[in-house]
Amino acid sequence: MATSGNPLAVDVINALQEGRLLFNPADKKVYVRTAAGTINDAATGTPAADVKAGDLQTVRLNNRVRRGIDAAVGALTLLSPDAGKRMDAAKAVFKSREAGALKALDVAIAKETEPRVKRALVDARAAVILNTPTASKEENLEAISVIRERGDQEARSLLTNLSADSHDDIKRAAAAGVASIDASLQLWSAAQNMWYGLSLGSVLLLAAIGLAITFGVMGVINMAHGEMVMIGAYVTFAVQEVIRAYNPALFDISLVIAVPLAFLVTGCFGILIERTVIRFLYGRPLETLLATWGLSLIIQQAVRTAYGSSNKDVGSPSWMSGAFELGGLTITYNRLWIVCFTMFVFVALLGVLRLTRLGLEMRAVTQNRTMAASMGIATARIDALTFGLGSGVAGIAGVALSQIDNVSPNLGQSYIIDSFMVVVFGGVGNLWGTLVGAFTLGIANKFLEPYAGAVLGKIAILVLIILFIQKRPRGLFALKGRSVEA
Amino acid sequence: MADQKTTSAMLYINGVSVSFDGFRALNNLSFSVEPGEMRAIIGPNGAGKTTMMDGVTGKTRPDTGEVVFDGGVHDLTSLDETQIAELGIGRKFQKPTVFDMHTVDDNLRLALKADRRTRGTLFWKDSSEERDRLDIILKTIRLTPSRAAVAGSLSHGQKQWLEIGMLLAQEPKLMLIDEPVAGMTDAETKQTADLLREINRDRTIVVVEHDMTFVRDLGVRVICLHEGSVLAEGTIDQVSENERVVEVYLGR
Amino acid sequence: MPVYLVALWGKYVCYALLALSIDLIWGYCGILSLGHGAFFALGGYAMGMYLMRQIGSRGVYGNPILPDFMVFLNYKALPWYWYGFDHFWFAAIMILLAPGLLAFCFGWLAFRSRVTGVYLSIITQAMTYALLLAFFRNDFGFGGNNGLTDFKDILGFNVQAQGTRLVLFSVSCIALALGFFICRAVITSKFGKVLVAIRDAESRTRFLGYRVENYKLFVFVLSACMAGVAGALYVPQVGIINPGEFAPASSIEAVIWVAVGGRGTLTGAALGALVVNYGKTYFTSGFLAPYWLFLLGALFVAVTQLLPRGIVGTWRYYMSKRREQQAADDAEAAVPPAPPPSATSLLARPAE
Repeated sequence: MATSGNPLAVDVINALQEGRLLFNPADKKVYVRTAAGTINDAATGTPAADVKAGDLQTVRLNNRVRRGIDAAVGALTLLSPDAGKRMDAAKAVFKSREAGALKALDVAIAKETEPRVKRALVDARAAVILNTPTASKEENLEAISVIRERGDQEARSLLTNLSADSHDDIKRAAAAGVASIDASLQLWSAAQNMWYGLSLGSVLLLAAIGLAITFGVMGVINMAHGEMVMIGAYVTFAVQEVIRAYNPALFDISLVIAVPLAFLVTGCFGILIERTVIRFLYGRPLETLLATWGLSLIIQQAVRTAYGSSNKDVGSPSWMSGAFELGGLTITYNRLWIVCFTMFVFVALLGVLRLTRLGLEMRAVTQNRTMAASMGIATARIDALTFGLGSGVAGIAGVALSQIDNVSPNLGQSYIIDSFMVVVFGGVGNLWGTLVGAFTLGIANKFLEPYAGAVLGKIAILVLIILFIQKRPRGLFALKGRSVEA
Repeated sequence: MADQKTTSAMLYINGVSVSFDGFRALNNLSFSVEPGEMRAIIGPNGAGKTTMMDGVTGKTRPDTGEVVFDGGVHDLTSLDETQIAELGIGRKFQKPTVFDMHTVDDNLRLALKADRRTRGTLFWKDSSEERDRLDIILKTIRLTPSRAAVAGSLSHGQKQWLEIGMLLAQEPKLMLIDEPVAGMTDAETKQTADLLREINRDRTIVVVEHDMTFVRDLGVRVICLHEGSVLAEGTIDQVSENERVVEVYLGR
Repeated sequence: MPVYLVALWGKYVCYALLALSIDLIWGYCGILSLGHGAFFALGGYAMGMYLMRQIGSRGVYGNPILPDFMVFLNYKALPWYWYGFDHFWFAAIMILLAPGLLAFCFGWLAFRSRVTGVYLSIITQAMTYALLLAFFRNDFGFGGNNGLTDFKDILGFNVQAQGTRLVLFSVSCIALALGFFICRAVITSKFGKVLVAIRDAESRTRFLGYRVENYKLFVFVLSACMAGVAGALYVPQVGIINPGEFAPASSIEAVIWVAVGGRGTLTGAALGALVVNYGKTYFTSGFLAPYWLFLLGALFVAVTQLLPRGIVGTWRYYMSKRREQQAADDAEAAVPPAPPPSATSLLARPAE
């Protein structure tokens, strides 16, 4: 059928693949159920009004037939006027390696003008040749070099599965090809790990940076920091709910609305906490730890009571869904945006600390609280604002995390210990320490994962940090000086 | 100053530099203190007086230079605070640091020269000699009436004296005393000077102080530090007439 | 006393011993461990392993050597670290050794490099978190998610029997009393005074010539062993040990017992554990259950804000203030108003 060239052939074969090709045992005729549900005569393509759907049996496929069909569709659509279809067809042929498609491929390659599609066609042709026992040695060697160029997992399996009775030269060329593909695959997988690491690192940075600011300036650890992140995620959820209810057209900018809103909500919340609880505990950092832990229990339970403990559905705007390929890398848009967003937040915070009055006063308090106070800096106000800023950044982190994690009352808990580790590792008083800490931990985690598994990798990281503190008890970028208590 | 090195010095500091994040707190500082001597150190804020003490007692490790104790026997730069204290260097802090929750008695008892190991203290029993020593020290520092009070309830001046008492109890060879008369009345200051002179009969003392009357009362050799190194050295009169000292510290 | 009450109070008594061990290091040495549940759980697992081996062939799968979960997970042989746990004496040693050794290694690393304050608290939390992750794994050989359960006998007696429960309860009480006396002996010795000195002014203590890290290490290991014993007694009474005991949240909850009762007072720590846990049982079994976490959270905030000395600490403070007042009044009544002897001393100025 494939060689018939009949325009109806594609329809029929597609129908066969999708289980829409039907057989009527009564008149031994074959029919096609169209997407609309009507039934057409397969041979003529005209509607067959007199046939009842119930009388028909689906034509069943076995694997051998299925492969043949793939190849047939491939061969037929290789010449399609649509470049996208030609591309798909080339890929299909590459997979099926059906010897019958060789002729169609040669014609298609000669005609093809688009380089991307041509490349795929050439690959497919090489794959077919390698699968043709009658092909000459030269043809085979040439095909191997083409496949070797391609350099992905499929190419590798193609080369390793070459028939055992082929010529020695071919075997050798194939082995060399496999080795070269392995090397490049390894490089790509390292790059992919690096990317995952960067992406995890930026998530950690986002979650930890607010913590690092409050810890640096005020010397207190906010155990409710994770809950601020969680509130930020719920703000995103609430914003999307409102948009869904009132103006679904705005959905794509829901995150743009949620970011400042989350910052405001959690920031105000942070200031409230500082004014009502933490203020009274200065000089008692361990008590602050306990009090903020209590707050985190209350906030979690409050959210659980209000919204239930199930995961909330937070959608991604269209510009954040999907993925693209970069060489051997698969990069999802939401991860990419989060990395960019983290960098943006980091630079913005750096700017706030370096360029604003608040930042100057915060740095002064970080380095020497008593001295700053005696120079007329209102440390109480700085503390409140710092706590607000740290919590606000946590809220922003929550908006970003809502895109990649389940939004539930436990969201914050799953990040808090990792954030602590980042702060402990990076040291306080310097945002760069947090940056380096977050990315080191993120990348180390992702590189350990393939060897040790996710859980053991995490344990290894925790143990390594405990050992690291040996060398640098105050983290990578620690403040030095007389005012720092040893 | 390297040629001044003698094996007899109790404390020998040579070419010591310490810097914090680019700021040089000590800059090639060199001086030495002979056994049995009392030495006063003066200088403006940030001259490096406290950092010098930190360097000697092991709190801060010098970047370069040597700190040698007890006639060249011990190199202090490679030891930590505990080891240095065990060698016989006692220190009183600028801000009086006593154990607020312990009684005056217990503060002194902890300081008494004795077995410092965990096993030793777990099964510790006061001996009668130790009780006698405690009584003597309490009398010296005039805190016998408040011996059962917790140290946190003492006045600022009393805490200063208690800390000096703790130093005495340690029986160190060298005492480093940082601003002993800060916050004391004139009469108390005079008393403290008398006390230090009395202690100086058996022990070497380095005292850092801002109060010039007090330093004059002590009547000992003076070093003026400035920007981490020695600006002038000599008797109080010599030092206070030095042009540079007047300029940077005493004022015209 | 009904059976369920015996088991319940037996549990509380074990918690009280855990609270005592936390108070020893936090109240007297200033080390806030947010991972003491790890030592408690290790002791518990050591006991649980003994109890598992006592099941013998009475398990669901009837394997005389392998516990049920191992048969289920296709273990071929007993892992080496389970050897010896069929003997009670071995388990008893491990109950002390496992937490003690972990505390020693961890403390040796942490105290030597002078990790203090919140840093130490955070890494103790990381420690218990790492153990939590590890014990959740099936291939770790400790029953994974489900932990160890379905115990039958302890030293030949049925763990469910009322008599056994009473004995276990009594043993827990004895252990609590013993722990109390050990702590008391430690803190009233000169060693204890050094601990308090470290708590209040660590670097001053160093300058006095005390090797602070050794003191901390000793008391940390002692405390970990006490927590291990508490965990070991806890397991046969509640009938299960699972990785949940390693959760950072349960360790922090134990700290609040101490804070409620009064840190730095031994009776307070034990009392706090009893009061808070009694409250927890009371609340979580009634219609108020959804509000328990609010209450617990509020307890954390309220105790740190309003009652920093805890119940017993506040009581003692109040009593000592009253005694002082009484003494001052008596002195005034007895002696004609004259300057006390020290008033002539130049040092006796009013406190600033």
